[in-house]
Amino acid sequence: MNHVVRRVLAMFPALLGVVLCIFLLTRVLPGDPARTLAGEQADPATVEKIRVEMGLDQPLVAQFISYVRDLFAGDFGFAWHTGQPVLTDFASRLPATVELAIVAIFISLLVGVPIGVVSATRRDRPIDHASRVFSLIGASMPLFWLALIVIFVFYNRLGWEPAPLGRIAQGVNPPTSITGLYLLDSLLTGDVVAFKSSLAHIIWPALCLATGSTAIIARMTRSEMLEVINQDYVRTARSKGLPPAKVILKHALKNAAPVIVTVVGLQFGQLLGGAVITETVFSWPGIGFYVVQSVLATDYAPVQAFTLLAAAVYLTVNLCVDLFNARLDPRIENA
Amino acid sequence: MPDTTVSATATGHRAASPGPAGSRPTTAWRLLVRNRLAMVGLVFIAIWTIGALVAGLLPYTPTETGTGGLLEPPSAAHLFGTDNFGRDILARVLAGGRISLWTGLIAVGISLLIGVPIGAVSGFVGGAVSAVLMRVMDVLLAFPSLVLAMAIAAALGPGLASAMVAVGVVGIPEFARIVYSQTRSLRERDFVEAGRAIGLRDRTILIRHIIPNTVAPILVRSTLGMGYAILTAASLSFIGLGAQPPTPEWGVMISDGRGYIISGEWWMTVFPGIAIATSILGFNLIGDGLRDVLDPRLRTSR
Repeated sequence: MNHVVRRVLAMFPALLGVVLCIFLLTRVLPGDPARTLAGEQADPATVEKIRVEMGLDQPLVAQFISYVRDLFAGDFGFAWHTGQPVLTDFASRLPATVELAIVAIFISLLVGVPIGVVSATRRDRPIDHASRVFSLIGASMPLFWLALIVIFVFYNRLGWEPAPLGRIAQGVNPPTSITGLYLLDSLLTGDVVAFKSSLAHIIWPALCLATGSTAIIARMTRSEMLEVINQDYVRTARSKGLPPAKVILKHALKNAAPVIVTVVGLQFGQLLGGAVITETVFSWPGIGFYVVQSVLATDYAPVQAFTLLAAAVYLTVNLCVDLFNARLDPRIENA
Repeated sequence: MPDTTVSATATGHRAASPGPAGSRPTTAWRLLVRNRLAMVGLVFIAIWTIGALVAGLLPYTPTETGTGGLLEPPSAAHLFGTDNFGRDILARVLAGGRISLWTGLIAVGISLLIGVPIGAVSGFVGGAVSAVLMRVMDVLLAFPSLVLAMAIAAALGPGLASAMVAVGVVGIPEFARIVYSQTRSLRERDFVEAGRAIGLRDRTILIRHIIPNTVAPILVRSTLGMGYAILTAASLSFIGLGAQPPTPEWGVMISDGRGYIISGEWWMTVFPGIAIATSILGFNLIGDGLRDVLDPRLRTSR
């Protein structure tokens, strides 16, 4: 318990640092937010007026304090290109991104961990080489390109994939909103048509988004399993005649778990970066797609809010990973 | 017989550097050449480097429109086909290699120039300076790399230079951390003590004796960083934050081809994509090979 409290408290300075970084990005870098907002052609008087309105004439420290105060009040800025507060825009798009990220992380766990385990137990056999080649290529493939190739092959050529436009087919009504996650909502309301359509739409972007993390999870699982398999307790478990599958799953994998959990946690943070790309290519109406549209409209507030959200998610997931690992292995708590 | 022992001790600490081959570049090179995967990587990088050099010899320039019909599939006249403006895709892909390699070099250069001193100083000095600097690095590591690069590039305003700076800044903490941990352990070694004993200043010890001993891990990280920088810069260009059309940059070219791959004109997208993938793979393979050779303790595959 003590450990939990200490870890949670330790997150706050980091979060403050993150906020400070994001704040400094707009204030210190060349480029004048007031000028950007006013437009290239605006006359100096207008720019000056906006500068005062935005509080940019205040000292830096005062600006920072008011920025943090706004964040606490739930004010993440205003998105000019949609005419709505950023928070409102985020709220309506978040479920799409969350659903995509969850499906992707499931895929990378369900594929990556078994590949790593099989690869480690059959070291230097063909299957090990195949999985290592996959990891190498998966880690080198640009996500935006992979996504386009998937669309070309599975939509254009094979016709297996529905048109890469959004979360559900045009003619199908989205399920009644409970959680905002289409797959879950359509299951809860028993809406088979909506379920099928949303599954067909989510599986392709999710596969693309999962590729990089699958490769990394497979690679880390393999190397950690190789380490664990050579330990004395695994040899002992083998020599007392336990079936090999039991030795691998119960003794080896369980001890490799903390490392795997850590890697998955790190990947979850990176997924938000990948979501920006994947959502753009598949016109997936989540926050990643929204942020790119904001960038193209030179609307900075959403970008700032997204950056903050991404870092907050990363820190929170890392915290959860630490706490989970402490549960898994009591020795970590004292380290 | 001339006495050579003095000069031998002056450089003797290099033999104490980490890794069995760290002190002998020729041995390291021989080991690297024997690493087949690293050689495959080297071939990929050589292809794009040579391609970038000979791009000027092609009959078409990368931005020349109407060199053939619009959206012509690959043929003898246009090996990679033509794009929606009738530009020769081969010329554009090769010219794109020049941009991408430069982007990688400049971005990694920025990460190095800022990250290495931060790591070295905070590792060597310790105390409050170190605590503050390394906290800042930890905060930077809390951002998913592409998201931070996006935020920086967007704040700077879209453009190739912004993308280079953004990618460079994102890479700083990695270098700082590597050099920090190396410096911390080197600081306690005998040759530093010896340097102090003969009255060398801290700055001299740091620059002349500690940083040279961190070269092996920095080299590995830089090589891997090149691949990562090329990927991130291309991603930024793809979403409109990096190089702008009509620049023959790989990410821009893929973004241009986006609307056409859905209708089946794959060559606009496939060739620049292969270029990005093989150059990243190339740097990753060389980086892994270098790591195996220079610092076997860091090996991930065993």
